[in-house]
Amino acid sequence: MSVPVLLSAGGNLGGRGAGAGAGAGAGSPSGHTSPVTATPFLSLRGLSKRLGRTQALAGISLEAHADELLVVLGPTGAGKTTLLRTIAGLEQPDAGSISMAGRDVTTLDPAARDIALVFQNFSLYPRWTVRRNLEFPLRAPGRNLPEPEIQRRIGWAAELLKIARLLDREASRLSGGEMQRVAIGRAIVRRPRLFLMDEPLTNLDAKLREALRVELVELRRALKTPMVFVTHDQAEALSMADRIVVLSEGRVLQTGTPREIYERPVSPLVALQLGQPAINLLRVRRVGGNWVAADGTPLLPAEPSGPDERLLGVRPEDIRLRVLSDAPQNQPAAATTTAASNPIADASHPAVVRVVEYIGPTTTLLCDWAGGQVHVVIPRRGTVRPGDHIIPRIQAGRAILFDPSSESTAGSPHLPSTLPSPGGSP
Amino acid sequence: MSFLILDGLQKTYPDGTPAVRGIDLSIERGELIVLLGPSGCGKTTTLRMIAGLELATGGAIRMGGQDVTRLRPSRRDVGMVFQFYALYPHLTVRENIAFPLRAAGVPADQIRSRVDAVAARMELGRLLASYPKQLSGGDQQKISLARAIIRHPAVYLMDEPLGTLDADQRLAMRELIRAEQLASKVTTIYVTHDQEEAMSLADRIVVMEGGRIRQVGTPAEVYDHPADLFVAAFVGSPGMNFIPGELRPEGAGPPSFVSAEGQIAIELSRPRGDFERPTRPSPPSRASRATLGIRCEHVHEDPDGSIAGQVLTEEYLGSASNVHVASELGRLVMRTDATTTRARGARVRLRLDPDQISVFDASTEQRL
Repeated sequence: MSVPVLLSAGGNLGGRGAGAGAGAGAGSPSGHTSPVTATPFLSLRGLSKRLGRTQALAGISLEAHADELLVVLGPTGAGKTTLLRTIAGLEQPDAGSISMAGRDVTTLDPAARDIALVFQNFSLYPRWTVRRNLEFPLRAPGRNLPEPEIQRRIGWAAELLKIARLLDREASRLSGGEMQRVAIGRAIVRRPRLFLMDEPLTNLDAKLREALRVELVELRRALKTPMVFVTHDQAEALSMADRIVVLSEGRVLQTGTPREIYERPVSPLVALQLGQPAINLLRVRRVGGNWVAADGTPLLPAEPSGPDERLLGVRPEDIRLRVLSDAPQNQPAAATTTAASNPIADASHPAVVRVVEYIGPTTTLLCDWAGGQVHVVIPRRGTVRPGDHIIPRIQAGRAILFDPSSESTAGSPHLPSTLPSPGGSP
Repeated sequence: MSFLILDGLQKTYPDGTPAVRGIDLSIERGELIVLLGPSGCGKTTTLRMIAGLELATGGAIRMGGQDVTRLRPSRRDVGMVFQFYALYPHLTVRENIAFPLRAAGVPADQIRSRVDAVAARMELGRLLASYPKQLSGGDQQKISLARAIIRHPAVYLMDEPLGTLDADQRLAMRELIRAEQLASKVTTIYVTHDQEEAMSLADRIVVMEGGRIRQVGTPAEVYDHPADLFVAAFVGSPGMNFIPGELRPEGAGPPSFVSAEGQIAIELSRPRGDFERPTRPSPPSRASRATLGIRCEHVHEDPDGSIAGQVLTEEYLGSASNVHVASELGRLVMRTDATTTRARGARVRLRLDPDQISVFDASTEQRL
């Protein structure tokens, strides 16, 4: 059983904890419209860490603001967990510095940082009741919280997390979702200065993950405590983050709001990390005023000057289509949309539908088109079947043109001054 | 007669725990059936009974007209697929695909022709002499599927085979399974707790809970016309919005629904589906407690909408947003396209699409 060292007493907590306690309360966040404040609370400068032969962190600089949920997104091995452990003080960086609220904490003890860490594995004491698990961090030596204050905080956390009826149950008898709620409760009763969450929803089933996503966002907002949340799940990152940091091989590829990163990824590598199904990437050449795919399919009008080869990125929901082999009444609703219209919808280069996936509000098509396979997401009322011929049309304003050589490069850490021209065409 | 029939199938473990409490299901040849439900619902136990890995304690299983309830697994002509494992790096593609046949002692000439056949169907022929590390991730997945299905039994039984893959791989594998199943027409029973996987793969979904079947239907039926509150909440991401209230008779017309919170009357109209609904809700003779259900994509922002609310949280998803609204009727989730952002606390008015409303009896939780 892991003893959650970070959940035990924090150095400066006793002073501010008692008074501040439940002051913020479980109040509804409605009406609270303050934007993310610009005060950097946590600041990392050039953080590097080598683990064995791996450069786990290769010069990471980032900031988390005082009232912000910052999501660190990356695949396995990107350095996400090492980053959290370094912020927590469980790892010492080889180079770089960490400051919290303007104070350098790079060499500070984990306990003195006053950070709460929640793991993917729930790490509760299985034989203890929920109440005892929650009390544990508050009864740590040197903490000296008065008993009524301990009970008040437990009551507050239990109500907030809807676990009041579970307080006297043994932890081993809880469901996965209940355990993770208790683990989060154990982190919040301390009223730490910063939350670090290491894929806390990953081991829960899909339904529960979805519910806890929103609960965590609203909880954090009510607490007004900054949170760094690590995940490999793009839906979690998009839906929960105030800002996202995209990490790959120990480097920051891009930092921005979910919308900035989804709509204006700096590189194909970043573009591929957000969106499900993934963005379509097609190699295109400039031919007679158009961007044309490898097999000769014209896709988009091209701007008059610039490079002759690009990598065209288009999200599945930004392709409209017309069904060829079906009666007109079977046309999907999307066929009439003309926003940011692209005049090119070339009937001589139809796509063939291979797989139709119905997923409730939308339907996903996998098509053979433009010399490769392309995903198209249409509103569900479309009645497209495998084998149908369709004419896809890329919405010009939504396409992203990348430098083809950027396909394998890591990209720059921030948005470049010349954006990869979403639009890029009339 | 259906190809595979489960007739009152039951499983009670020796300690008295009931896992499956009587399941009736008819599966046609070539169908892809998904057993969907939360952990502990009995879906895996049902699959294992079909495989013969668990013996039923009640009821019967008939396959192709034959009672196989007590038959040994090896005599049932079923192929169990647990996971799509990584390929053996030191074996060629051909050797990888052939592996299960070789392990089963199939003669070499048969192995060769069967690998050739599956490779041709899945367009892998040109890769047979390659090693996995020379191939793209997509080709590697195709090969692992080819290996999983090379035995070509009468029924594939798949138990959460995509569980260990990451999201992109899951999606790609899902599409491969669907394309391959359509091409090969092998009856397939697939178990998952992931409703999106179920919706995208299934010809028909069997929603299970507590060892019982809650609903059997096409993905559209289960999604649009859930049989009860459990199905309505479990299927869909997020599940349906629920509004507690009262159903009141209105003479000959459709009954009216009045919400418990806010006492707001909501217009109901007869649902129009792609199919005829088996039963029409009969107008109640007196007011009765009911729960109204509506999917987030049928909640619309409308300045003339009858429901007032304030934005709590916006979940941006890239291609769409789920906006959580604290409304007069309680919390509602509305799906919008992601082109605009709503400030937290912003006041909005909402309208519910009357054609898309489901009504459930509050006490039986059944659809009305």
